[in-house]
Amino acid sequence: MSLKTFMGGTHPHDFKKFSKDASIEEFPLPKKVIIQLSQHIGAPSKPIVKVGDEVKTGQVIAEAGGFVSIPTHASITGKVTRIAKFPHPIGNSQMAIEITGDGKTDELVDLIDDKDYLSLPIEEMKKRILNAGICGMGGAGFPTHVKLSPPPDKPIDTVILNGVECEPFLTADYRVMLERAEDIIKGLKILMKIVNAGQGIIGIEANKPDAIKHITSLVSDDANIRVVALKVKYPQGAEKQLIYAATKRKVPNKGGLPMAAKVVVQNVSTAIAVFEAVAKKKPLIDRVITVTGDIVKNPKNFKARIGTLYSELLEGAGGVTEEIGAIISGGPMMGFAIPTLETPMTKGSSGLLLFNQKQAKRKQEMNCISCAGCVNVCPMNLLPTQIVKATKFEDWEWAEKAGAMDCIRCGSCAFVCPANINILQYVDIAKAKILEQRKKAK
Amino acid sequence: MTNNLYKVSPAPHLHEHISTQRIMWMVIIALLPAMAVGTYSFGIKALLLTLSGGLAAVICEALIQKLRKVPISVSDGSAFLTGVLVSFNINVGAPYWLPIVGSIFAIAVGKQVFGGLGNNPLNPALLGRAFLLASWPSLMTDGWTQTIKGSISGISESTIANVQNMSHIAFTKITSATPLNVIKSIRNVEMFSDAADPALVQKTVFDGLLDWSSLGNLFFGNIGGCIGEISAIALLIGGIFLLVTHVIDWRIPFTYLGTVFIFAWMFGGVNGLFSAGIQLPLFHILSGGLMLGAFFMATDYVSTPVTKRGRIIFGIGCGVLTITIRLVGGYPEGVSYSILLMNLATPLIDKWTMPKPFGEVK
Repeated sequence: MSLKTFMGGTHPHDFKKFSKDASIEEFPLPKKVIIQLSQHIGAPSKPIVKVGDEVKTGQVIAEAGGFVSIPTHASITGKVTRIAKFPHPIGNSQMAIEITGDGKTDELVDLIDDKDYLSLPIEEMKKRILNAGICGMGGAGFPTHVKLSPPPDKPIDTVILNGVECEPFLTADYRVMLERAEDIIKGLKILMKIVNAGQGIIGIEANKPDAIKHITSLVSDDANIRVVALKVKYPQGAEKQLIYAATKRKVPNKGGLPMAAKVVVQNVSTAIAVFEAVAKKKPLIDRVITVTGDIVKNPKNFKARIGTLYSELLEGAGGVTEEIGAIISGGPMMGFAIPTLETPMTKGSSGLLLFNQKQAKRKQEMNCISCAGCVNVCPMNLLPTQIVKATKFEDWEWAEKAGAMDCIRCGSCAFVCPANINILQYVDIAKAKILEQRKKAK
Repeated sequence: MTNNLYKVSPAPHLHEHISTQRIMWMVIIALLPAMAVGTYSFGIKALLLTLSGGLAAVICEALIQKLRKVPISVSDGSAFLTGVLVSFNINVGAPYWLPIVGSIFAIAVGKQVFGGLGNNPLNPALLGRAFLLASWPSLMTDGWTQTIKGSISGISESTIANVQNMSHIAFTKITSATPLNVIKSIRNVEMFSDAADPALVQKTVFDGLLDWSSLGNLFFGNIGGCIGEISAIALLIGGIFLLVTHVIDWRIPFTYLGTVFIFAWMFGGVNGLFSAGIQLPLFHILSGGLMLGAFFMATDYVSTPVTKRGRIIFGIGCGVLTITIRLVGGYPEGVSYSILLMNLATPLIDKWTMPKPFGEVK
């Protein structure tokens, strides 16, 4: 089978060996969870409980704050103990609801078992997805019901499930594909039905041959669904790059959305959440997260409740064997370094990665020697080196011409830079300044 | 919340095991085969001259950085590399001060004046060479030393003997001048005024330059010339090493060599398009400083375009200029001026060839 891919990209070592053979384990019910109100892109959820309220597992504790927003649910049974700012996995502190339970009682809201879920009206399916509080679980966290509601003049013909997991270290999606493939396919069928797409594609990187084989065998009798094996290259799982690799269609730049290429992309874990929401009305209260790193004693793939503290997850993985140098929420390429382990996991938390002191060390930035390494690897075909120079000269027009606004923040440029320049940070500055100037011009 | 906060840093948190220093030393390693051939052919002085140039560059850079009160960064290898490249352009008969002065000029005026590594608009080593050529032309272009095998012009013994009987002027030329010098000078048939049949002498020398044994001498380095330029194969090995290890990109060397090849083939013959046969373009590819220039000078990161299309234009531009200088210009060799001129055009090329982002819409 010839492997599909995109132009540019780079080849970080994958480091998946630590946790790839660890089967998904149900993480013990935590005594305390902290549920962030902004786990998704868009307006934060609005709390509808007060401190002191008793809540059941799966009960709505905050409602959607707008169309591009989702409700949030209690992930354990207990009492609301605080509504305040708590550390967020993106590195800052944000409003969240703390729920304290006894670590034993787990009273779930009533679920259903809808055998005939595929014949539900489309609107009912979307309503169940919204009510379950589902957002993209690959990291960005875009509300799923919004993605599934393209304007009528933008027909969708393809749903792509993202099983690429190109971030080094992470294995959550890989384990999910091996252990819950049936539910993934059920979720895909629901998604195809909702957007009326005739084609379903599951994109998987070629370094997961067993997952490719397993899912291929399960969809072999369905002419509309196929698995596409993708070349092992970072960032193969970036939305635009995945769409191009799987369909040869290009998503327009300057803020173009996948629907312009008649495609909707969802993460494989999101597909499971969609299936459970539509068929069982189960809210999104847990997810699979990889706890890994060279210094983690027993790297794991946990199925844990949303709001579980990273410190507890790490303890569950046996702790560390060496002093921690850095805590990374997500993968090493696009994840966030966070200051404390007392941070709760969210719906987008695909991994908790621990670095030792040596791995956390950053080298001194040197002069750019224009080696064009960043230009060669940029999957968006931008000129990262010139964006850095433009930012240093505060020439925002130049930065925009060099492509700052089209950056997908994959970090390939900074990964290959021999002068240790944090190129992505300069691009972020340029982006912010360009947006600021556009606002002023209005 | 605990008081024990960990350090945070922006993504990505993984980095490739690569550094400026590593790149520079890899280029220096890639020059070792050429250094070895130079030392074998010309003796230990070739090595000593090269080391003098390299050391002078390092000391000069350190002193200037000290004066500028900026961190001393000579361990990155870039100054040493510049000094080595300047020395590679020098005839082994030159005095020791020549590579030293050239390297100092290259570092001081070519690099540090602009703010050091990464800021130089021109290739410092070529600027150093141009300075030496303009200041001491006879030291730079005369008195070529015979290698331990073969003639200076690479022409075979039998042809030399043949020419000796026909014209003393031609004989002197082919035993004292480099191949490019010979091919340039014999274009003027009137120079063989002492011959009974100047046209025959011209043809004999021309054919002698282009026969397969002479081309073989060019390929393996059995010719006279600059320390680091004589052996095409040695430079090719180094160049391929740099290509395979992704230190350099294929675009500039391939388009540069390709352009020289095609243009030499098309316009090199005296009887119109493609009249030269296949040996002449091979001769031009293998002779002079082209291999060194294409793989080690025109690929200098700082002074060449960063865009992919820009690098192709750069390579073609270098090729066109080189072959134009060689075929119709006043100098026998045009590699260094071609690259320097294209260096000047680099910002413009980058501006013109700004790539279209993936998924570009109007």
